[in-house]
Amino acid sequence: MSQHAVGVAAPAAFLQIQDVVKDFGGHLAVNHVSLDIAKGEIFALLGSSGCGKSTLLRMLAGFETPTSGRITLDGVDLASMPPYQRPMNMMFQSYALFPHLTVWDNIAFGLRREGQASAQVNARVEAMLKLVQLGKYAKRKPHQLSGGQQQRVALARSLAKQPQMLLLDEPLGALDKKLREETQIELVNIIEQVGVTCVMVTHDQEEAMTMASRIAVMSEGSFLQVGAPADIYETPATRFVADFIGNVNLMDGTLAIDRPDHVIIDCADCKHYVGHGITGTEGMAVSVALRPEKITLTREAPADTAFNATQGTVKEMSYFGSFTVYHLALASGALLKVSQANTERHVDDALTWGDRAWAHWSPSAHVVLTA
Amino acid sequence: MLQRLRSLATGRTAVIGVPYLWLLVFFLLPFLIVARISVSEMENVAFKDLVSFKDGLLQLSLKFSGYQFIAEDSLYFDTYLRSVQYAAATTLLCLGIGYPFAYFMARAKLTAQPALLMLVMLPFWTSFLLRVYAWKGLLSEGGWVADVIVGLGLDQLLFATGLIEAPGRLMNTPFSLVLGMTYTYLPFMILPLYANLAKMDLRLLEAASDLGATAWVAFWKITVPLSKAGIIAGSMLVFIPCVGEFVIPELLGGPRTLMIGRVMWDEFFSNNDWPMASSVAVVMVLLIIVPLAIFNKYQAEAQEARR
Repeated sequence: MSQHAVGVAAPAAFLQIQDVVKDFGGHLAVNHVSLDIAKGEIFALLGSSGCGKSTLLRMLAGFETPTSGRITLDGVDLASMPPYQRPMNMMFQSYALFPHLTVWDNIAFGLRREGQASAQVNARVEAMLKLVQLGKYAKRKPHQLSGGQQQRVALARSLAKQPQMLLLDEPLGALDKKLREETQIELVNIIEQVGVTCVMVTHDQEEAMTMASRIAVMSEGSFLQVGAPADIYETPATRFVADFIGNVNLMDGTLAIDRPDHVIIDCADCKHYVGHGITGTEGMAVSVALRPEKITLTREAPADTAFNATQGTVKEMSYFGSFTVYHLALASGALLKVSQANTERHVDDALTWGDRAWAHWSPSAHVVLTA
Repeated sequence: MLQRLRSLATGRTAVIGVPYLWLLVFFLLPFLIVARISVSEMENVAFKDLVSFKDGLLQLSLKFSGYQFIAEDSLYFDTYLRSVQYAAATTLLCLGIGYPFAYFMARAKLTAQPALLMLVMLPFWTSFLLRVYAWKGLLSEGGWVADVIVGLGLDQLLFATGLIEAPGRLMNTPFSLVLGMTYTYLPFMILPLYANLAKMDLRLLEAASDLGATAWVAFWKITVPLSKAGIIAGSMLVFIPCVGEFVIPELLGGPRTLMIGRVMWDEFFSNNDWPMASSVAVVMVLLIIVPLAIFNKYQAEAQEARR
C-alpha cells in the first residue's frame, strides 16, 4: 500500500490487483492499477463515466482480460479462469434479470448450474428469498416487480452461490433518490450479514461514502487516492479529488512562511494560517482547499482579521432546509461558498443578498494541496 | 381531459380497425364465399341458392357431398397428411439452417449487419418462378449440384432413406421438392429470427456466464427461450404457405409428392367441380388456422407478459 499516499493501513490482502493495464486499441482504459482488498471489506471504485472503473470490475468478473498485470483471489491467479468458473458473482447495472424466468428460477439459475440436488437448491433459494424479504414474489416474473424489488432479486441471485466475492455495478443507479437512500443501508446490512467481500462501482460519491469502508477515486484509468471515506473527504490528496468529492473552495496562493508547526499561505483575498507543517519550500505555488461547512459567516469582524478571514458580499443564497449555502463575492472577484447550518427556526437580522459579511475559519479547517 | 381521452380511444379503435377491416374484406368474405360454394349444388354453370322459398316451403339446402367425399376417399386424407409432412420437414430444415444463420447475423459487427440483411433479401429481386425453375437444371442429370451430390455418393444415402427413387435420379422426388421449398422459404425464417435475436440484451448472457453457465448452456437456457417468439413467427411464415404450395411441387415434385394444392387445382380446372374444390380449400384453411390460432394466442400472451 505504500504507493498510495493516503489510506488506512491495509489488512492482509484477499483480492490482489497487481499493476493491471487494459488497453483498448491504444486507449488505456485502466492504467497500471494496483490494489489490495481485505476479506470482508466493502470497497468502492468511484469515478465519473469513462474513468475505467467498470472496465476494472469487468476484469474482476472475467468479462475482460487484462492486457497486462495479475489479479489473484485468495492467492489464486484468476487469469486462466473464465467468468463461469470464478468464485465471484456480479450484480449487474439495471440487474440483467432473466425476463423469461420467475424470481425463483432466476435465483436458482446459478445453483442449478452447479448440479446441486433439487432439495438443496430449494432450501438455498428459500433462504435467499427470506434474506431479501421477497418470499411472496417467488412466482412472479421480473417485469411484474418494482425497481426496488428487482434490485433485491438481483442481489439474491448474486448471493445465492455463496460467492467469495460480490461485485456490484452501479447497484442503486436505477432507483430514484428517496428509494436509493433507504436501499443503501439495507444493502449494506445484507452484505454485512452475509459477510461477503464486496467491490462496487459507482459514480455517486454519496453512495460510495455511505456504503463503502474504503474508496478508490479513479480518473482516466488511474487511482488518484485510496482511503476511508472520511480520509478522502477531509484529506484529499489532489485538487481533482478535493473537487470531485463534495463541495470545496479552492484558492491558489504561494507558500509564504514554512515552519515545522505551521505555515502561512498568501492568497489573493486572504492569508491562511495552517496549523501544521507541510512538505514544501517557501515561495512555491500551492492550493488551499476549504470545505464550505468549515467556514463561519458573521456580520461582525472576527477578533483576528489578519489570518483565516476575509470579507465579501452575499451574491447568492441557496436554502436547503437543514443548511443554507451562501456565495460570497470577495474583493478579487472570486466566489467563496459557505454553508451554514440552520440551527434556529427564525434568525433576526439574517444575512441576505447584498449584505457585507466576514467569513472566517480555524487553523485546522483547510487542506494544503501541492498537486 | 375526458374528451381528449375519448378522442384518443376513437383514434385507437380506428387504427386497430384497419387491419381488422383488411382481414374482413380480403380473408373472411372470400372464405365465406368459398365455404358457401363448398355446400352448394350446381345448376348448369351457376350455383343454386342455399335458401329457397317455394309453395310455402322454406328450404335450406346444404350439399355436403364434397366433405363426405373428402372423408371417404383416402386420397384426400393422404394428400393432406403428405402436405403437412412436407411443410413440417421444410419448416424444420429452415429452422435448422436459419437459426444459426440469423444468430451469426445478429452477432456480427453492427456495420456488417445491413449488408448481411441485404444478402438474405437479394433473392427476392429475381422472380420466384425463375429461381425454382433454375433448380430443375441444377438437379437434373448433368446439373452441377446433381454432379456434386452423386460424386460425393450422397445419392446413395438419399436412396436409402427413401427420399429419391433411384440412385442418381434427384429430380421429381421428395428430396427435390423439400430442397426447393427450403430454399424458397428460408428468408422467411431468417428475417423474424434475426429481428428477434438482434434486440436481445447481451448482458443476460454475461449474467448467465457469471452465474456459472458455459456458452452452450447459456445459449439453450437464455438465448433459445428468449427467441421463442421469433421461432414461432418464422415457423408459421414457412409452414402455412408450404402446406398449400402449388408451384414448387409442380416444378420440382414428382408422382410421389402429390400435394393438396395440386388436388385443388385439378378439382377446379380439370374436373370443373367447384363445390368439391371449395370443400378441399375449406378443409385446408381450417388445417392452417389451427396452428395460426395457437400462434396468435401465444403472441397475445407474450404481449401481455411484456406489459
